Amino acid sequence: MSMISGKKPAVGKKREPITDTILLMSITIGIFLAMYVVAMLAFGGGFLKPQQIFDMLNENAFLIIISCGLTVVMITGSIDISVGGVTALVAMVGVMTLNGSMFPGAELSDGMRIFIAALMAIGIGLAFGAVQGALIAFLEIQPFIVTLAGMFFARGMITIISVQPQKATGDIMAVLQRRLEIPWLGSPNKKGVMIPAKIEIGVIIALAVVAVIFVLLRWMKLGRGFYAVGGNQQSALMLGINVRRTRFMAHLISGLLAGIAGFVFMMHTGAGNATNATASEMNAIASSIIGGTLLTGGVGNVIGTFFGVLTLTTIKSIVVTSGLREPWWQSITTGAMLCFFILLQSVVLSSRGKGGLRARMKAWTGKKTG
Amino acid sequence: MKTKTEQRRSFFQNNAQLLVPLIALGLLIIFNLIRDPGFFSVELATNNDGNPVLQGNLISILNGASELVILAMGMTLVTAAAGGQDISVGCLAAVAGSAFVKVLKSGAAITPWLVLAGFLVCCVTAMIFGAFNGTLVSVFRIQPMIATLILFTCGRSIAYWINGGATPIVESPIIKAIGGFIPGVPIPTPILIVCVMGIFFALVFRFTTMGLFMQTVGINQNAARLNGISAVGMKLLAFVLLGLCCAVSGVIGVGRLQLINHETLLLNVEMDAILAVAIGGNSLGGGKFKMIGSVLGAYTIQALTITLYAMKVSSTDVKAYKAVVIILLVVLGSPVVKAWFGSVKNKLTARGVSAAAGKEAA
Amino acid sequence: MILSMRGICKAFPGVRALQDVDFTLRKGEIHALMGENGAGKSTLIKVLTGVYTKDAGEILIGEDQLPVSIRSPQDAQNAGISTVYQEITLCPNLTVAENMFIGREKGAGVNWKERERKTGELLESLGIPARPRQQLGNCSLAVQQMVAIARAVDMECRVLILDEPTSSLDEKEVEMLFSLMRDLKARGVGIIFVTHFLEQVYAVSDRITVLRNGELVGEFPVEKLPQVELVAMMMGKELEGLNVMGKAGERAADSSETLYEAHGLSSTASRPFDFHIAKGEVNGFTGLLGSGRSESVRAIFGADRVTGGKVTMNGKPVKISSPADAMKQGIAYLPEDRKRDGIIADLSVRENIILALQVMKGFFHPISRAEAEKFADEYIKALEIKTASQDAPIKSLSGGNQQKVILARWLLTHPQYLILDEPTRGIDVGTKTEIQRLVLKLSEEGMSVTFISSEIEEMLRTCSRLIVMRDRNIVGELTGDELTQDHVMYTIAGGGD
Repeated sequence: MSMISGKKPAVGKKREPITDTILLMSITIGIFLAMYVVAMLAFGGGFLKPQQIFDMLNENAFLIIISCGLTVVMITGSIDISVGGVTALVAMVGVMTLNGSMFPGAELSDGMRIFIAALMAIGIGLAFGAVQGALIAFLEIQPFIVTLAGMFFARGMITIISVQPQKATGDIMAVLQRRLEIPWLGSPNKKGVMIPAKIEIGVIIALAVVAVIFVLLRWMKLGRGFYAVGGNQQSALMLGINVRRTRFMAHLISGLLAGIAGFVFMMHTGAGNATNATASEMNAIASSIIGGTLLTGGVGNVIGTFFGVLTLTTIKSIVVTSGLREPWWQSITTGAMLCFFILLQSVVLSSRGKGGLRARMKAWTGKKTG
Repeated sequence: MKTKTEQRRSFFQNNAQLLVPLIALGLLIIFNLIRDPGFFSVELATNNDGNPVLQGNLISILNGASELVILAMGMTLVTAAAGGQDISVGCLAAVAGSAFVKVLKSGAAITPWLVLAGFLVCCVTAMIFGAFNGTLVSVFRIQPMIATLILFTCGRSIAYWINGGATPIVESPIIKAIGGFIPGVPIPTPILIVCVMGIFFALVFRFTTMGLFMQTVGINQNAARLNGISAVGMKLLAFVLLGLCCAVSGVIGVGRLQLINHETLLLNVEMDAILAVAIGGNSLGGGKFKMIGSVLGAYTIQALTITLYAMKVSSTDVKAYKAVVIILLVVLGSPVVKAWFGSVKNKLTARGVSAAAGKEAA
Repeated sequence: MILSMRGICKAFPGVRALQDVDFTLRKGEIHALMGENGAGKSTLIKVLTGVYTKDAGEILIGEDQLPVSIRSPQDAQNAGISTVYQEITLCPNLTVAENMFIGREKGAGVNWKERERKTGELLESLGIPARPRQQLGNCSLAVQQMVAIARAVDMECRVLILDEPTSSLDEKEVEMLFSLMRDLKARGVGIIFVTHFLEQVYAVSDRITVLRNGELVGEFPVEKLPQVELVAMMMGKELEGLNVMGKAGERAADSSETLYEAHGLSSTASRPFDFHIAKGEVNGFTGLLGSGRSESVRAIFGADRVTGGKVTMNGKPVKISSPADAMKQGIAYLPEDRKRDGIIADLSVRENIILALQVMKGFFHPISRAEAEKFADEYIKALEIKTASQDAPIKSLSGGNQQKVILARWLLTHPQYLILDEPTRGIDVGTKTEIQRLVLKLSEEGMSVTFISSEIEEMLRTCSRLIVMRDRNIVGELTGDELTQDHVMYTIAGGGD
């Protein structure tokens, strides 16, 4: 036996106490705040009013919710592109429950209808999550394909249920669309009268979802399991984590959140339509990425995702405010912004240590296979 | 030297991945024949322009799948080399189609030369965008799906922008021929274009080492580099070729309607193209691939769609039924189910072997 | 007795990995599990830890020998069996503390403060230089390995399995691990120790179980089994082949015509160095852990980014800044890490063999199928590669045969200069000898070879000149009579200056 071995020595490296998750999230929050401050200084007007933020939240509450679901799924290294379809399907079913066309014969009180709509939202979401999760986790089918089929199924079901767009109106919607008013965050209108800030119930739900998922990801065993599975599935198995169950749960949560998002979407619009929430799965993925979640898994955070949604929305309102009124500018700037964030993350991560986290993980998994 | 049985066995092993799409296609055909024995009958008719044309469900499957087949070919390469998928192909086809139409609109009349120029411009445009995606993936090492999310988000808006917010109509017999029939030829032109693309790729595989090199890069990038293969080059090539495929499908799409609609041209085709690759038995994680599998996958998808239409399912509802069939297919092809089949097969062969051994002993 | 495995069988498609194997572990003993590659050690371990499910046999655990069913790593953990694998099986994206505790806490919540406090204490008591809140991926490999061991130690396990735990540790760290192992042994833990390093076995083990070809050879107390007998038992054959070969230093003098010469060659991973090799010469780089020998040959091949230096081939100045450049100059490089840098796992043996030649022929000149089959047949025969067919994926071959395929890949390009970085690591002794013989044969035919190996004996047997490296610098060059084990050690240790 010789004293020689081919491995590299244990080189003492500079310690890096901050994790990749925190680093990427901080960058996003920093850029969002900077962008917003610049918008306030440059355009003033709406950007100076707190209502601007609340409007962004009111419009995008459902997007925040499905983005949280996608963040969870992406942290485990999976993907779910069915969420937009599920949202639209739930919205359709919900609206039809509210306006009575779902159960034509039944005499139901408004409260009962809302209750049934909510139950169905959660049920449909959980059903999609459970079926997709089972196929992905237990049958080891590629997530992209399974959730793509999920999207097709959901979108197809909408028109099977009702070819006509549906609407819910009247008292029942007035209840659901009631807004919270916060006088001290209000701002004067043109006549100088103070208008209180208005928040929809959906926003409260969305914020609650962010909080719950944050707690889940940070302080619950299940949540930490998501990170472990996303970091290295093989290792997670060796560490005694039930990888299949963990992956299943991630998809179940994503499905459930898509169901809740559908309900929130319905509360906001009161309309059921086959084209509802179109491409929202991609917006959700984009929000998660901007918020610092890596599609490779193991890195990400819902607080980042929350700011990711706000960042995307702010860009759009900046484009509109700055006078680029042609319809194509919004998505072109969104694309440019996405490109900027993606490149920034790539550069930041690769500048950390040798080749960055991703390259290192690749080298690692490369060693494992074969 | 290999014996014949060995050769046959290795042939089956090498092509085992084609089993699922072939079975699916076979089942669809049988199902349709039972439902309507004349389903696949093809007849020669005369269209409004007085041209002899072939008609029938078989032709509409082959014709309708054209764009998807071409995109699936390119998607196979990207999947193999980069280990991920391009979700911007539909958008890229819209951009390419817009560039095509822009050039056509620039001249006073639509001459064959102008169409050729337009086609070249359209190819170059799509290949540049493909190279953009490829650069993000190869040089900056961004996951393909994320990198192409950028063009997915803004591609159709760029297409819109190219034509200044209009959806111009291009009326010309040449354009009509691209999407329909060349006078005197009864086969729809898109089918011919698919054949041309098929021959193109067959020649590329025959006269270059692209297949081997792309698989090598997809399986083990480190080893590829140490053997002198440029991973960056191969990934870029894959994306540029996919760009070319997008351009060709974009032109077919424009030809069919004789106008460019940036919003609806090949809408959601990226999902079908990826699906075609997967149904064809190719791993979406990259590495080994068979392009013919993806082509079969694409035809399977189209055959399914046409079958559903023939069963009077409305075009918006088709998605739901398609989803069910897709799930059945992938469940059949899933590793767990395959392993189960494998163990059953092993047991059977083991029994066979022991029986044979018993005979010999006797 | 705290663990016994009886009649364990496990088969994979085409391979019978374990055949009726028994294994017994007593309380408070260190039990070495020995065998060549492919003997079934890893499979046995994986059956015990629930990664694989056994086809037949039973596992009994505890003083009362209760049968247990182990179907997942979690079952193994619950049964008190902890494992530290050869490859690090922690999550690089999590912190050190989290890696210590994940997957083994009760309740649904996570108590970060408690975790980090306990981790801090444990790291300190074991002398591991890491912080609880540090991201594991930012630690060195050795520290990651030690975190994995610390995790297993903290799990109050009854059975601790160490699968090649020392392969990424230096001597000091190995000693630390050994004292830890003895400490655990005193506490009554049974330790299963799997390693390739014979000396380490004799340093700590009480008992040795030997496997060969998936079958049990026997179980012996360590003092009753001399090293030579152990090796013979593992190989199942006499060592005759190794002794026949003469020492390379005694061979005829190499031709004086220089093939390759480098001045001040440096790369992103290696410091500037001078190096030359004559036609038909076999030389080698040797040195301690991290001395920079692999990095040096990688610089010659352009595998890392070359940052400076002048290179001549056959007296003519050439520029080699990438593997492609080096291949054009007729240089071939068999990488150290076969799995990571060598094999294209899913491709067939044939495609793996022709790969390098194909690259040299160029993108537009594919090798025809018939030609490729001819080449593959030729080299499968010449190197006695054991494979079902040339269509079989290379990943289905054993380590030694995979290595031969990679070797065939480079020999097919008919290089002038062949660099072999650890060609014999992790492969069975029979193949090792074959490769050594092949190297000598090639050099007789006029090929220059640079050989790197962890085993000095092997180097002495093949090389006529040894370049000794220390701390990433060349510190000596040994030829002729200086080529003895003592002298090499002396130079490596710093006495040569």
